[in-house]
Amino acid sequence: MSNVSIKDLNISFGKTSVIENLHLDIKVGEFVVLLGPSGCGKSTLLHSIAGLIDVTDGQVEIAGKDVTWADPKDRGIGMVFQSYALYPTMTVERNLSFGLRISGMPKADIGKRVDNAARMLQLTELLQRKPSQLSGGQRQRVAIGRALVREAKVFLLDEPLSNLDAKLRAELRRELKQLHHDLGATMIYVTHDQIEAMTLATRLAVMRAGKIQQLDAPDVVYARPANMFVAGFLGSPSMNFIKGHLRNSGGRVQFESAVFQADVSDYVFLQPHVDNQPTVLGIRPEHLHMVAADAPHNAQATLGLIEPMGAYKIVWLDAQGASLALQVEPTMALTSGTLAHLAMDPGHVSLFDATTEDRL
Amino acid sequence: MSTSLTPSSASTAIPSTLGSAALQNQPQPRRTERPRAAFFTPARLGIYAFLISAALFFLLPLYVMGITSIKPMDEIRQGNIFALPLVVTFEPWAQAWSSACTGLDCKGIAVGFWNSMEILVPSLLLSVFMGSLNGYALSFWKVKWANWLFGILMLGAFIPYPVMIYPLVRMFASINMFQSIPNIVLIHTFFGMPIMTLLFRNYYAGLPVELFKAARIDGGGFWRIYFQLMVPMSLPIFVVATIMQTTGIWNDFILGLIFAGRENFPITVQLNNIINSTQGEKVYNVNMAATLLTSMVPLVVYFVSGRWFVRGIAAGAVKG
Repeated sequence: MSNVSIKDLNISFGKTSVIENLHLDIKVGEFVVLLGPSGCGKSTLLHSIAGLIDVTDGQVEIAGKDVTWADPKDRGIGMVFQSYALYPTMTVERNLSFGLRISGMPKADIGKRVDNAARMLQLTELLQRKPSQLSGGQRQRVAIGRALVREAKVFLLDEPLSNLDAKLRAELRRELKQLHHDLGATMIYVTHDQIEAMTLATRLAVMRAGKIQQLDAPDVVYARPANMFVAGFLGSPSMNFIKGHLRNSGGRVQFESAVFQADVSDYVFLQPHVDNQPTVLGIRPEHLHMVAADAPHNAQATLGLIEPMGAYKIVWLDAQGASLALQVEPTMALTSGTLAHLAMDPGHVSLFDATTEDRL
Repeated sequence: MSTSLTPSSASTAIPSTLGSAALQNQPQPRRTERPRAAFFTPARLGIYAFLISAALFFLLPLYVMGITSIKPMDEIRQGNIFALPLVVTFEPWAQAWSSACTGLDCKGIAVGFWNSMEILVPSLLLSVFMGSLNGYALSFWKVKWANWLFGILMLGAFIPYPVMIYPLVRMFASINMFQSIPNIVLIHTFFGMPIMTLLFRNYYAGLPVELFKAARIDGGGFWRIYFQLMVPMSLPIFVVATIMQTTGIWNDFILGLIFAGRENFPITVQLNNIINSTQGEKVYNVNMAATLLTSMVPLVVYFVSGRWFVRGIAAGAVKG
């Protein structure tokens, strides 16, 4: 099994630079998810690892071998595409065996590998069908199988579940995780779906404009986002941001704004801060609670829209023009227009510099 | 209309009012048919009147040709070109095929037919193959200057033939190929290249590029992806290209006249020679039969595959 290492990677199309000075080290057996909005360069990065896009500068290593200029077939990779990219004129069996037949493998070995992959992905019954006779989920299984039979060291998955409906997506997501667990292969997975990213990743790379914003375990990225972009990208509804200032007074650090006051003395600062520094406080909807009017609270806001989600409810509140989202128990009785008092979990707060948008 | 609508609205109302449990005890109301639109409205009559007259207008010459070709000459001399024949004879067809004269040669249009076949088959194979290969290379393999190459190729399609004919004559003469079957085959391949390339390029541009990428990862090279993946996937466009090239090459006159050589004149040139050879009176019935024989190949192609042809035009040739 192998690791992928990307050094100083630069990719530009003509004059537009898509990826600049990117470093990424992926350990054996990791499941790394590249997450970002469309156009952030995540697919470009994946395709350059596959060798389908020429890099402008830098180096790509797979299993310790420099493959920057190697042909896609010589990189020991398997790739799964969003549109499945099954060969429409071939049966499932021939789809799976196409690469092996090209490499001139003996027929018996091909048959063994195809049968193996088909069994793992429950495709045995479908081997003689054409792709057009398969459902979306089955097609994507075949696409995964095509990478499987190659016994690829690295699996590259380019938004493989985006074309499926929600139920199937959740199902295949689980199967994929199981598959990764069983194979122990390195997987690099591109998506813009944060749920896929959170559930699948052993490490999560959030990308924007060709740069990796944060690379860490999903729960770390979620709990301690490196900047406001990452904080806002993960989570639904996204993190509440409140603009204000930091006040140092008597050894305590206080966050102050017109609508929100909080004691943030226990916050672990990554950067030195100064008094009166313009700051953005971030707090996730599930870490904000409604409390009784006489209890200590951080803010007051008027109840607005209520979105029942089944397992919980999302409440939208208006705090002097600023919109706040809040997650509450589904049984909680609420009336729009009433005034609510809000308190936060101090341990789950994030502070960002208002100008650089980086975590303090 | 209103009477047929009522039951249908009632049937959709039942499930919502009675619920599904009540429905099981009841006979399921049959779905009413969609109300028929009246067939003969004034607008529709106008459309049909126009279509029928337009069809007649275009079919009339064919009709005249058809009946003239089976009339004996003395009936034709009476001058009623629209009259049906009193005596039906297929003698003119036989004559046109095997014994009509071009100058001193009296071997009929059959000579030209086989010449045309000899020109058509290799030209067709070569131009369709080259076109598909060009289209494939241009859409999937990122060749440097690919867009420039394609632009230049397209430019070739817009330059009138006469500009290119004399240089081509000199070029082929200088390599001693002028006026031979290989010469005319190459000429047809050259002139067919822009439109064939355009046709295939647009078709391949419509295929998902991920398919090609997947094949690259599977280890497919240029030829393997072309023959094992692209060709099987592009059979419809191959049909269209074949139709276009068949009719185009068959109908060609000027290129065949210049480049094929006297021995290999295609059927169109042969036809012209038969009709223009002046020996006494014009044998209209033979000429008509010869003309119909000449146009038989494209006609058959259109009749058999008109649907494909339209589809291909819509799919790529014009979309540009």
